[in-house]
Amino acid sequence: MPTFFINKDRVDISKDVPGDTPLLWILRDDLNLTGTKYGCGMALCGACTVYIEGQPVRSCQTPLSSIKQGSDITTIEGLKSREAQAVQAAWSRLDVPQCGYCQSGQVMSATALLARNKRPTDADIDAAMGGNICRCATYVRIRAAIHDAAKSLG
Amino acid sequence: MNFLTKNSHAADAGISRRVFLKATAAAGAGLTLAVYTGRAAAQAAAGAVVDPNAFVRIGTDNTVTVLVKHLEMGQGTYTGLPTLVAEELDASWSQVRADGAAADANVYNNLAWGPAQGTGGSTAMANSFIQYRTAGATARAMLVGAAAVQWKVDAASITVKDGVVSHPSGKKATFGQLASAAARQPVPAGVKLKSPADFVYIGKRFARTDTKAKSNGTATFTQDVKLPGMLTAVVRHPDRFGAKVASFDAKSVSTIPGVRYVIEVPNGVAVVATNFWTAKKGRDALKVEWDPASGFKASTSEIFDEFRRLAKTPGKVVRNDGDAAKALVAGGKRVDAEFVFPYLAHAAMEPLNCVVKLSADRCEIWNGEQFQTADQYAVAGVVGLKPEQVFIHQLFAGGSFGRRASSTSDYVVEAAAIAKGLATAGKLDIPVKLVWTREDDMTGGYYRPAYLHTMSAALDAGNNVVAWQHRIVGQSITEGTPVASMTMQNGIDGTSVEGAANLPYAIANLAVDLHSPSVGVPVLWWRSVGSTHNAYATEVMIDELAAVAGKDPVAFRTALLSKSPRHRGVLELAAQKAGWSTPLAAGNAGEKRGRGVAVHESFGTCVAEVAEVTIDKDDKLRVDRVVCAVDCGLAVNPDVVRAQMEGGIGFALAAALHGEITLEKGVVQQTNYHQYQVLRINEMPVVEVHIVPSTAAPTGVGEPGVPPLAPAVANAIAAATGKRLRKLPFRLA
Repeated sequence: MPTFFINKDRVDISKDVPGDTPLLWILRDDLNLTGTKYGCGMALCGACTVYIEGQPVRSCQTPLSSIKQGSDITTIEGLKSREAQAVQAAWSRLDVPQCGYCQSGQVMSATALLARNKRPTDADIDAAMGGNICRCATYVRIRAAIHDAAKSLG
Repeated sequence: MNFLTKNSHAADAGISRRVFLKATAAAGAGLTLAVYTGRAAAQAAAGAVVDPNAFVRIGTDNTVTVLVKHLEMGQGTYTGLPTLVAEELDASWSQVRADGAAADANVYNNLAWGPAQGTGGSTAMANSFIQYRTAGATARAMLVGAAAVQWKVDAASITVKDGVVSHPSGKKATFGQLASAAARQPVPAGVKLKSPADFVYIGKRFARTDTKAKSNGTATFTQDVKLPGMLTAVVRHPDRFGAKVASFDAKSVSTIPGVRYVIEVPNGVAVVATNFWTAKKGRDALKVEWDPASGFKASTSEIFDEFRRLAKTPGKVVRNDGDAAKALVAGGKRVDAEFVFPYLAHAAMEPLNCVVKLSADRCEIWNGEQFQTADQYAVAGVVGLKPEQVFIHQLFAGGSFGRRASSTSDYVVEAAAIAKGLATAGKLDIPVKLVWTREDDMTGGYYRPAYLHTMSAALDAGNNVVAWQHRIVGQSITEGTPVASMTMQNGIDGTSVEGAANLPYAIANLAVDLHSPSVGVPVLWWRSVGSTHNAYATEVMIDELAAVAGKDPVAFRTALLSKSPRHRGVLELAAQKAGWSTPLAAGNAGEKRGRGVAVHESFGTCVAEVAEVTIDKDDKLRVDRVVCAVDCGLAVNPDVVRAQMEGGIGFALAAALHGEITLEKGVVQQTNYHQYQVLRINEMPVVEVHIVPSTAAPTGVGEPGVPPLAPAVANAIAAATGKRLRKLPFRLA
C-alpha cells in the first residue's frame, strides 16, 4: 500500500487506486485538497504544482506509481514556510490575483524560487515562473510581488 | 460581450426610478435588505411575494455581506460592487464581504440588458453604480433610525464613520449591535446618495475581497465542488462540429472499475464515473461511431477562400457617409489592404465544467455562472422544469473571457442532459460534475470568429483622408441565438462591426459594409468582441495613412479627432507619458526598435496604448514596454482599473503573438497549450497605466484594454522595419 506524508499527515493510499492515477486527482478527488488545480493535464501550465521532497513538480504528470514510498508531499494547503508567508503577504499587498485559478501554482513556484534564491533577478523570475501560465496575465504583479517578497525576507 | 454597448454608457439611464425596498428581519440574522428595481419593484409594491434576495446583509456579528449579482471571473466585481455599498453605508472595509447572488432576473437583472441577469459587455460597474449605492445608503438610514430610537436622539445628529454609528453625546454602536433593530425600521424611500466630494472609498485603492482566498488555495471554483455521492462525467465529443452519434458501445467501458453510466447527450456520449480519472479513462476507451454524412468538414484555408470571394462583392451597408467609392477614384495617394484574423480560443485556465443535481421539482446548478437567465431557461427546457425551478449556486470562475456566457448555454445544457439521463434511468438526486478536459475545451468551438477585412483609403494632395472604404467578412456571433434581438438590426450584427461602424475619425466619405456568412464552426464573444479585429484593421490602416502622408502618427490622429475629445484625451496622455516626442533609445547592435500607438473606444471606455518593440537580427520580436491611458469615467477602484489594463494587454499580446485555431477537414488542430500558445511571464512587457481623471459615470474596464494592443504593436513593428503586418498572429520572418 503506497504511503506518503502529505502536508505532514501520513496518508495511506488504497491499493485499489490504479497506479496510473496522477497525484493531482488523488489530491483533489480522494483527499479533497482542491487548492491544487487542474489546468492542462500535460505539465504545460503549472496550475497543479506541488512539492515532492521539497522539489516543485507538476502533479498532473506524476502518476501514483512513480512516487517513492514515504515521500513528503506539500500542497498549497500545507505551505507554511517563511518564504511562503512572505510570498502570500506580497500577493495581498499587490493584489496579484484576478480570476485566481492559476495562483496556487504561481505561489508554489514563487515560494520554491525564493527558498533557493534570496534575491532573484528578472531573468531568474522568468526562468522559474515560465512554466506557470496566467491567462489573466497578472505577470506584471507576479514579478513585482516576488521582488517585494524577497525584500521583506531581508 | 457587446450587446449592451448602446446602453452601457448611460450608467443610470437604464435604472428604473421605481425602487422598492424591503427589509427582512430573520431571527438573529440582523438586517437583510433588498432593493428591488423595475418589474420586481412593481410586483413588490403590488403586494406580490418577491423572492427575499438581498443586496446587502448586515449580520449581528458585524459583517456586511454584499450579494454581487455579477460573476467574478477576475475583473474585480466582488470588490467594485461592495465598494459602492461600503461607500454609502460608511462601513469599515475590513467588515465587508462579497458573496455571489442567486439567479433571479426579477431582482438581479443586468440593468443595461433589461430583464436578464448576466455579466458581459463590461457593464457590471456601469449598471450597478446607482443600484448598489442606493442599497448601501438605505441600509445606513435604517441603522441610523434604529440608533435614534434606542438613544432617543434626533437621527440628523447621528454620524456614521468607518463602521461605527455615533452621537455627539458619546453614544456609539457597531452595525452588528444595531442590525436587528434596524431590520424593524421602516424602509426609507428616496435616500440621498453622497456627492463625490464626500467619497471615502470610491476613487481610491482598496484591497480586493478575494485576494487572500485566491493566494492560499481556499477560493472555490466549480472544479472544486464536492457533494455527497457526486459522480463525475467526461464527454466524448465529435471530432467535427455538429457530427451526430451513429452508435456507441457502452460495453467497451463496462470493465473499467468505477464507471457507472454511459449516457448519450446532444453533442456526444458521456461517461459517468466515481471520479475524474476513471471517467476520463472511460471516455478515452469508449467506442463511438459517428454518422459520416454529418459534421463540418471544411478547412480554415477554404473558409478564408470563401471570405475572400465574398469580399469582392458589396455587403450589407453598415455606414455610408458621403461617397467613398467616388472619392477613392478621385483621390491622390491610395492604400489598399487585406486583413486576416484567425479563430481564437478563450482557453481560460479553468476548463469548462458544471455541477448539476436534478430532483423531482428542482434542478440545482453549481457554476461560475455568467448568463443566469439564459441558462435557467435552457436547463429548464432540457430537464422539464420551469426556469424558476433552476437554482444556481454562484462560484468563482477561473477566467471566462466570454466563454461562460454561452449564447446556446452549450456546456450547461450538456451537464443538464447528463442529469436528465440519470433521472430517466431512475437516478434522481445524484449530483454530477461535468468536466471538460483542456483538450475538450480547446477543440470544442465557440471561438472568436475568423474575419477577413478589405480596406481602401485615399489621401488628397494636401494629405487629408478623403475616402475610407471598409468591408468586413465573418460569422455573426449572435444571429439565430436567443440574444439576437438585442444585437441584430436590419440584418447587421452589431458585434461584427463595433469599432468600425463608429470610427471616430472625421472622414467625409466613409463606407462600412458587412458579409456574415454561415460557417459550421460555433463562435462566441471573446474579450472585447468585434473590437478585437475592428480596432486592429482601423488603427493599422490609419497609421499607414499617416506614414504615407509623412505625418506623425499621434498628430495625424489628433487632427482627425476634433469631435472626439475622450479619444484625444487618452491619446495625448499616453503619448506624453510614453515620451512620444523624444526619440526611442537605440537597441543593441543588429536590433531594430520601434514605437507605435493605437487608440480605440469599446464599451464606453477610451483607451490609448503606446508600444515599444525590439526586433533582433533573427527577426525575433520582443514587446518591451506598453504605456496605457484609459478614460473609463470615474475610476471606482483605480488599482482594479490598472489591473484590468495590465491583464487586457497581456491577453491581447498572447493573441497577437501566438493565437490561432485552425481546422483541417473540419478537425481542430490545436488541442492544448503546446499548440495554442498563450503568453508566459518572459513575454510580458513593462506596463504603465494612466487613468484620465473624470467625474462622468463609470464605464467598463474588463475588455477595453484589449483592442489597442495588437495595432499599437503592429504599428511599432512598422516603425522599426517598414513592414505592415496584416495577418494575425504576427509572423515577422
